[in-house]
Formats: sequence, C-alpha cells, structure tokens
Amino acid sequence: MTEMIYLYDGSFQGFLCCVFDSYAYKEVPTAICCDEDSVPALFDTRGIVTDQGHAERVYRKIVKCSPYAASLLQKCFLTCLPQREMRMYHLVSKLLKQGSGFLRDPSDETLYPVLRAVRHLEGEAHLLKGFVRFSQLGDVLGGEIRPKNRVLPLLRHHFCARYAGDRFFLYDRTHREVLFYTSGQACIRPLDDFQMAQPDATEAHYRLLWKRFYDTIAIRERYNPRCRQTQMPKRYWSTMTEFQDATYFTPQSSCAAVPDPGAPAGISAPETPSGFGPSAPASIP
Amino acid sequence: MDVLEKLTILTDAAKYDAACTSSGGNRTAKKGMIGNTSSSVAGCCHSFSADGRCVTLLKVLMTNRCIYDCKYCVNRRSNDTPRAAFTPEELADLTIGFYRRNYIEGLFLSSGVFRSPDYTTELMIRALRLLREEYRFNGYIHAKAIPGTAPELVEQLGLLADRLSVNIELPSEAGLRILAPDKTKEAILAPMRQIRTRNLQSKEELIKYRHAPRFAPAGQSTQLIVGATSDSDFHILRLTQALYQQYRLKRVFYSAYVPVVEHALLPAKTVKPPLLREHRLYQADWLLRFYGFRTEELLDEHHPDFDIRLDPKCSWAVAHPEFFPVEVNTADYEALLRVPGIGVTSARRILSARRTGSLRPEQLPRLGVVMKRAQYFLTASGKLPEGLRFTQDGLLRRLIAAERPAPDFQQLSLFDAMA
Ligand code: SF4
Repeated sequence: MTEMIYLYDGSFQGFLCCVFDSYAYKEVPTAICCDEDSVPALFDTRGIVTDQGHAERVYRKIVKCSPYAASLLQKCFLTCLPQREMRMYHLVSKLLKQGSGFLRDPSDETLYPVLRAVRHLEGEAHLLKGFVRFSQLGDVLGGEIRPKNRVLPLLRHHFCARYAGDRFFLYDRTHREVLFYTSGQACIRPLDDFQMAQPDATEAHYRLLWKRFYDTIAIRERYNPRCRQTQMPKRYWSTMTEFQDATYFTPQSSCAAVPDPGAPAGISAPETPSGFGPSAPASIP
Repeated sequence: MDVLEKLTILTDAAKYDAACTSSGGNRTAKKGMIGNTSSSVAGCCHSFSADGRCVTLLKVLMTNRCIYDCKYCVNRRSNDTPRAAFTPEELADLTIGFYRRNYIEGLFLSSGVFRSPDYTTELMIRALRLLREEYRFNGYIHAKAIPGTAPELVEQLGLLADRLSVNIELPSEAGLRILAPDKTKEAILAPMRQIRTRNLQSKEELIKYRHAPRFAPAGQSTQLIVGATSDSDFHILRLTQALYQQYRLKRVFYSAYVPVVEHALLPAKTVKPPLLREHRLYQADWLLRFYGFRTEELLDEHHPDFDIRLDPKCSWAVAHPEFFPVEVNTADYEALLRVPGIGVTSARRILSARRTGSLRPEQLPRLGVVMKRAQYFLTASGKLPEGLRFTQDGLLRRLIAAERPAPDFQQLSLFDAMA
C-alpha cells in the first residue's frame, strides 16, 4: 500500500470529508494535515475538498452508530492532541467496523487517547470559567485568554448566560479567535491580531480593589505557593488581574500617584512580566 | 475611610473562615438580572490565594466591630485592631463590580456582632436586599446567621441568601464556655434547627407552587475550629456525622486554628496551625459523604485520632486485611469504593469497562486507578499486579511512602476524586 497524506482545510467538515474520501478510495491515510508545509517531502498527498453533502453523510452515520461518539469527536477536534485527526480517524473506522460496544471501556486503546484529550479540554474550560478576567471598556466587557485547547465553544454558553443582558468579547490569543456576544447573539470568529486599550479610572480602581482583596485573603501562617501552583498553573497567570505589575493598575491619561497595589499586611502576588498582560481593545471586531 | 481601606480591614478580618464554595445553588439566568448560579459553576474557583485555598466568593465582614469577646478571634472586643464597616451601598457596588469582571461567583457575608445580633443582621439584610432588589443580582450569596438573632430576621436572611451558615467553631460545650463565654450551645443550635425546618418546608412548597419563595436553597453549612481545644478527631467526626444526619447540613468545614492571640487557655502563638490534621479530617469527611463510611468504622475510643502519616481510607484498609483483595471484575460499587486508590470516578469507569470484557491489571491506570496505593488491595481476573510481593509489615511503610509530599495538602475541592 502506498503512503498517502491527506490535506484538508482544517474544519470539522473537512475532517469528515477525509473519512468519506478514504472510504471512497479504499485507502487508509498515513497522516491527515491541514498545513501543506508540515508534510514531509517524500510522501504523496491527496487534497481533500470539503463537500457539505459528504460531511453530512459521514456525520449522520456516526450519530446513528453512537451519539456519544459524535459529541466526543466534535470536542476532540478542539483539543491540542498531537495527530488528533488520525486518532479521530481510527476511532471512526473502529466504530464503523465494530459498532459502539468498545466505547464503554474507557481504557480501550483507540478511545483512551481521545478521551484523555477531551478531559484535558474540558478541564481547561472549567478552570477558565473561573480564571477569565473581564474589563469594563465603555459599554463592553472584554477579556483575553491563552488556552492550550480551543475552549471558546465550551465557554460560550456559560458566559452568555452570565452576561445575558450585556455585550462582551473574549479573545483567545493562542488560536486567534474571538467570542463575541451582543443582544442575545453569540458568534466565534477568527481574528488575527488585536490590542487592548488602557483602563479608565473606574476600571483601574476595580482592578486595584481586586488585587488588594486577593493579597489580603491569604493566611500568612498557611502560606503554600506550591499548592497554589498545582491548583492554578502558572500559564494562566499572565492574563489574571492579581498577577499584573503596577502599570496595569494605572488609568489611561493619568499621571496621578496610584496607591501601591499590594496589601500592606498581606502576601503580595508575584508579578508576571509586563507586556504580557491583557490590555483593552482599540476596536471591536 | 475609603473603600480600599475598608476592604483591606474587612477582608483581613474575614479570612479565617474556611467556607468558600458556591455549590448547590441553582439560579438560572433571568431577564433583567445580572448573573446566574447554575450547577455548571459548582466548585468554580476564580483564583487560588497564596495559601493554596480556592477563592470563589467575595468573603468579607459587614463590620469587624464586635461586642463579644471570643478568645480565639481577631475581632474580639478586647483586641486592639483597626475597625471598619461597609455601608450597604459600598458592599453592593463591590459585589457587582467584582462579579461583572468575573473575579467572583458571589458574596460571602459575615459580620462581627455590632450593638446586638438583631441590629447586625438587619444591616446585613439591608445590604442583601439592595443587592437583590435594586442591583438585580442573581449570583450566589452565602450569609452568616448570628447566634441569638430573632427568628423573623433569620427568615428574611434565608429568603435573600442561597446558603446560610451558623458557625459552631468550638466542637464541645466545655470549649465554648471557656473560650466563647458570650455564646451558648442552645443559641447556636436554635437557628440551625430553624434553617433546617424552613429549608425543608420551602422545598415541599416548591413542589406544589412553582413560585413559592425559596429559603436558603443551597442549604446550610458550619465550621469547626481544629486544634484550639483538646477535642479528639473521633469527637469532631462524630459531631460532623450528627450534623449531616440530624441537621441536614450540606457541608462541615474545618479550620486549623491559627494562634492570633496569647491566651492562657489557647495554644501559644508559636504553635503552627495543624494543617495536616485538618487535611485528614477533610478526607474523612469525604468518606462519610461519598464513600459510605461511618465514623465508628474509622475511629473509636481506643484510636481517637487519625494516623497523621496516612490518609484515613488507607488506615482503614490496613486495619482490615480480611476485606481484601477485592476482585475488580466482580466486586460491587460499594466494595470498589473501599479500595485505596479507587475513587468515585474510577469505580464508575470500572463498572462500565468490565461489561465489555474481563479487566486485566494493566488496564486499571487508564481507568484512573492510582496503582501505587491500589495495587496492594486488588486483583484483576484473579491476578495481582505484576511483580508485587509484600508483607503486612512492609505494606504500611510503602503506603506512607506513597503519600503526597507535605506541601501539597489542601482543602479538597469539589472535583478531587479522593482516590
Ligand atoms: S462574635 Fe464572632 S466576631 Fe465577635 S468575637 Fe466572637 S467570633 Fe469574633
């Protein structure tokens, strides 16, 4: 059998078409990529065209076998699992060949890596429900995250319910996507770059109040930075208010002295390097 | 005094209260209201403080002025400390401002006793009413019911809050008499009984009328201080069990006593808070609530305290060799839960996976079983895990070695499968 690499457009529909075409050509791809540059030079490639009709047929077939598998695949597609397309491909082909019985065994060798990746995604989304920080920017709330997985689809429902009567956006800098919500409508769109503006006086004041609360609430006699870091890994800190340096607490166009953000008797949170903090938007997509 | 300064004083005064969770609330988003408290955010931590504790709620006191003189408390009348009080408006502004920015899931409001329990509770009610009715706040509120408050006021508080708590603090009446002379056991238990009764009533009414007012829908909790008095773990855990059964408490929190004052009747200021002991109590509490254990199985008059080196479930297993090994392919759910290294999640996965075929030892880690503890206590298809040889003596040593390193102890969060 020849080695064949599939190239698709990077969408979930596109992935389903890879499955469709592999059955049509009666071949198993060696790898499924969406970026031509990452394909090793010596391999043959097949460009997979995304066809809505084909995608739907494959998807309906999967749902018929197991609705659980369908939702697992949709979630797995959002994860940062290495070679996730091939892992998903194997899951689909096993499902079509053997039926859904193996899905009941979480330790199954085809299912396990997919499950683990999905748990990682869901775990990260759960943490971020708490760790996201919004700023009030005019009449819009804005926030920024840098997750490993594409969590925006999983956060969408939660934040839309929380801010039902508001306008907000949440920017995922890792995957360069933005979740935008206004008057009952939410959408997720690609957005290449984007800069946040400086806070106004009220916003800066609330940031300061929060940092003060954070630094004060810790009990000195129980100081346990390692436990904190296990619960809240450092990679989340860069977008969290409590770990920003002094400039983050200074309002726009103000050279007035601001009180020191730390708490006099508390445990001041370590700062993450400046230049990383979320800043406010110049424009809304 | 500006709000920043007040916030600093009133947070500092509130920080020794361990309760900080938003679980059990269920307010779905409503039109014209800000926020929601759905089950999807149960256990949602918005941050972790430098001591590794979950920060979910804006935990502050209404005021730290207090007419009482509880010996163990920083806010006691005789302590020379800066005092402050929030106005209801300041508190409501802070809560909404923090909530909108996703800093918090809601408010945890407690207070020193200012003038009288009734007067203080009225202040708290004013703040909460403003928050719910004017600011249309639909997020989580946990309020403290102060012993000695009139039942009518507790009633009003319960209609505004999701959860109420009355802190017992000292696990025995003797401790109370000496260290908190202004409080009596009866004054603490009365509001707890009232909250239990009203909570049940309101649940029944809700079945009949959809719009019946909801009284503390997330139930009640309490806190016990560990290490201020000489009460044993056995005593504390028996009290806990009674509170869960008779008072239908949702949670009991434990707080390792941090010596904040020199007092002849209290541990010296140099004594470190008993964090490990607190951790063991949380683990045992977990066993009572989710693993079908009873206090009497874990401790008795002859062994009144937990072995600090080993988690309570392992201790139980070591003391009950006749129960093991458990065969994972045939054991029922309750028996699986008794195996150290198997938690609620992994037990469920085992039940599901073994329907597809006989389980082998090497599959178990992928089902979430923590083998470094579980391996001594189970078989899979009749086989012990590969290459495992041990004596009963060696077992204890190996299990102690498998414990997590000391600095990682923490209050178990809702999602910790205590494996
Ligand atoms: S009543 Fe409460 S605030 Fe006042 S001294 Fe006693 S424990 Fe402290």
